[in-house]
Amino acid sequence: MSALARHAEAALALLVAMVWISPLMFAGWAAFHAPTDAINFNLAAPWTLENFRTAWDGAPWLRYFLNTFLLVTSVLAGQFFLCTLAGFAFAQVEIPGKDVIFVLVLLQLFILPEVLIVENYAVAAQLGLLDSILGIGAPYMASAFGIFLMRQTFKSVPKELDEAARVEGCSTLGVLWRVYVPAARSTYLAYALVSIATHWNNFLWPLIVTNSDTTRPLTVGLSIFAAPENGVDISVISAATIMVIAPLLILFLVFQRQFVQAFLRAGIK
Amino acid sequence: MLRYTTAAAMLAATTAIVNPAQAETELTMYYPIAVGGPLTAVVDGIVAEFEEQNPDISVEAIYAGNYDDTRIKALAALNSGDPAQLAVMFSIDAYDLIEQDLILPFDEVVTSDEEKAWLDSFYPALMANGTIEGQTWGVPFQRSTIVAYYNKDMFREAGLDPENPPKTWDELVETGKALTNDDHYGLMIPSTGYPYWMFQALAIQNGKELMSDDGLTTKFDDEKVVETLDFWKSLSTEHGVMPEGTVEWGTLRQAFLEGETAMMWHSTGNLTAVKNNAEFDFGVAMLPGNERLGSPTGGGNFYIFKDASEEERKAALELIKFMTSPEQAAKWSIATGYMGVSPAAYETEALKAYTAEFPPALVARDQLEHAVAEFSTFETARVREGLNNAIQATLTGEKSAEEALGEAQQSADRLLSNYR
Amino acid sequence: MTMTANATDFYHSERRRRAIHGWLLLTPTLVMLTAFAFYPSIATVWTSLFSRGTRRNPSEFVGLENYARLFEDPTFREVALNNILYAAVTIPISIAIALVMALWANSKIPARGFVRSAYFTPTVLPMIAAANLWLFFYTPGFGVLDQILSLFGAPSVNWLGQPGTALWAVCAVTVWKESGFFMIFYLAALQTIPEDLREAAEIEGASRWTYTRRVVLPLLMPTTLFVLVNALINSVKLIDHLFILTKGGPSNSTKLILYYIWESAFAFFDAPAAAAMTVIVLIVLGAVAALQFRLLDRRIHYQ
Repeated sequence: MSALARHAEAALALLVAMVWISPLMFAGWAAFHAPTDAINFNLAAPWTLENFRTAWDGAPWLRYFLNTFLLVTSVLAGQFFLCTLAGFAFAQVEIPGKDVIFVLVLLQLFILPEVLIVENYAVAAQLGLLDSILGIGAPYMASAFGIFLMRQTFKSVPKELDEAARVEGCSTLGVLWRVYVPAARSTYLAYALVSIATHWNNFLWPLIVTNSDTTRPLTVGLSIFAAPENGVDISVISAATIMVIAPLLILFLVFQRQFVQAFLRAGIK
Repeated sequence: MLRYTTAAAMLAATTAIVNPAQAETELTMYYPIAVGGPLTAVVDGIVAEFEEQNPDISVEAIYAGNYDDTRIKALAALNSGDPAQLAVMFSIDAYDLIEQDLILPFDEVVTSDEEKAWLDSFYPALMANGTIEGQTWGVPFQRSTIVAYYNKDMFREAGLDPENPPKTWDELVETGKALTNDDHYGLMIPSTGYPYWMFQALAIQNGKELMSDDGLTTKFDDEKVVETLDFWKSLSTEHGVMPEGTVEWGTLRQAFLEGETAMMWHSTGNLTAVKNNAEFDFGVAMLPGNERLGSPTGGGNFYIFKDASEEERKAALELIKFMTSPEQAAKWSIATGYMGVSPAAYETEALKAYTAEFPPALVARDQLEHAVAEFSTFETARVREGLNNAIQATLTGEKSAEEALGEAQQSADRLLSNYR
Repeated sequence: MTMTANATDFYHSERRRRAIHGWLLLTPTLVMLTAFAFYPSIATVWTSLFSRGTRRNPSEFVGLENYARLFEDPTFREVALNNILYAAVTIPISIAIALVMALWANSKIPARGFVRSAYFTPTVLPMIAAANLWLFFYTPGFGVLDQILSLFGAPSVNWLGQPGTALWAVCAVTVWKESGFFMIFYLAALQTIPEDLREAAEIEGASRWTYTRRVVLPLLMPTTLFVLVNALINSVKLIDHLFILTKGGPSNSTKLILYYIWESAFAFFDAPAAAAMTVIVLIVLGAVAALQFRLLDRRIHYQ
């Protein structure tokens, strides 16, 4: 291949990269400028933190951060617990009728909680889970994706390790805890990253199930903040948006390599 | 849920035993807001003041987004058994709220002569949407009409008299043409968010109401109404004074402030935000007329939910009385641009001083005399959605006004036939 | 004799013990799945067979009337068509872009780390936040897109305000959001392809294009299947940006099925209509599931 074509390709790759982050760049620009300066790309305009102050005062962001944090951790804890047990059962325990149940579980890959909003809402209401963090997280805890992932990982654990542990007198749960869980560490990491990203960003179901500031996660808080009756202030909204996305963005830029590597090792091909 | 209720009852019982003197009434109020951000602080301030004066009542005020969000959230809370005793919701939600048996007529809560006098103290035009079947279901809080904002600097540049904004449709087109150039449009009328509202204003000006008073009949396919929509469309296609396609409600204020348009029609609820941010000389005027002057009212009313206990109803009424009192109404009006809801509000020192210094704040009130009730029927959300779609389909050139409005009328008839 | 009997007994009781353990392990999951997937699915079907109750007309059994009404509803037809178009546009484009991105991110180009992060960034942004940013790109007149176009003398375009462009504008945001995510899967798969394959191909004198087409793409087939299913599901579920960008307008031109379900249930309070639509979506997803299981089956067998 000619050098020219190679350069052109690299330039194109870079250009696409620029396009891809341009909304973020624009938000970064707008958040630190007065709206008029931001819109007109007035490069000489002074930088300001005023938008952040206005945005920060406009909503209980700390509470939203806390809610999102609680949501993400509780979902993750629930998923780890349920998917570990179920994945282990499907991978290594002899149960009659296992295959049928496994197919039933996999069905959940397609019966999305998002699609079932109407009836899930009724269920959450009956269980007294409306307007609670648990109510936002509960429908996602038994994740078919997670179970499938753990099953695949546990299946690849050598049978000898299992037997050795049993000979030493480990119970079923003991084997799971001492042998399988440590062997699946990278899968857990990969799954955690996917789960955190998903639930940090989830919107529709939290919107439906929350009613008040004490439970609203960041996404719902942001959508309400950004949707006043009579119009929006581009700079303030950019500032709020930057505040909301910063923690996760930083987390993922730091863990980027691990993220891809984790995917690799988890064997999601 | 049963568990919740029991726990709450026990908790309440314990507090009553421990602290019998402070039997607090707790109120939860859902409300939407006009211009976002700082205004939640204004509401919080008013609520705090109320709590100070009424130590036996505590209020949780929950900001829930725009009007649609607020209705959805408040009703969801009711459905799920979460407490909610009152809410500020669209003045036009009354039919649906009655139909779902959720709200209480104020006539049942208002007992003393003083309270009756309070109920009579509001501008009658603002009571229109809340008065149904002879009873009062909603009390005005953040109420508006549509006004025309215009950029006086641009009027001067175009050689027009900045103190003489258009008063008729013909003048509107003419002025619009003079004000349209390569840099900006002459006029923008928003057509997302609340297209039906703007359309209703135009239809009234053209001498036709969109619905009957009982909320059972719409008149979308009336010749005059079709003509109205054709006029709206002609502003962009024929006269070129407005951009083609729809004009976004949410970003229109910014567009006006950026000088993208010389005139905009918008809620008077935007007044304070425009005043604070405009870097040019601007004016506010009543909407022009064709056969007559006119604008629908708009905005939110207070409602009291049926589920509230006797005690809570009383407390809710106290809160509403406080928030609509002349002093608070004046404060709210100055902070937002919404109207003072009663003539007495305009007699307060605060609002007198404010309007003397800033006369545009009086335009919405003066326009009230030409105002009519906002578009509202049974099944209002769906009927309105049909009308909105017809308006947008016409403005974007997908359908003719006659075809689109005909379809909207058909679907409205289908929806309303259950109620006739 | 006795020993064998004992051994068999032991074997049987051990088997039973294990089975009980297995069931115990599965119980929490099955309880949660029943509460939030199986029961609601069945309840949805049930709800869809009743009329909507109001003060005047209490709810009653109406059979398939809700479905009949749905198929007469022009909005539903439009929404279904929108969703099909949305899927047909976003799926192939985002997969193609993801593949190209992965090839770039895996090749030796300058600033590879930056490029990779940039492609990946939209994945971690909440759709609702991203939509706020895009809204200002699309705003006519002073929006970023219009300002850039006006540099080339193009007229102002009302991207979100016209039925002809609005759905495309929404699709663009989806593609932007999705392709970085899919890229990760391709990237992971690409890194498992041994270097020697490429070297061998080079020695054979194969061009890079030939190598990509004949060697890499076939090896990526399983990944493509996985990504495809994900993309299909997303074409139903990824609607958050509609709440900010268009709310389904103008005149329903960007309304997608899940948005309409939400609107029917929570804004119009018409749960039966929403339930009927949900059932239709479930049937479509079920068909996709059946297809996927057949493909998965094959993969599981050779594993």
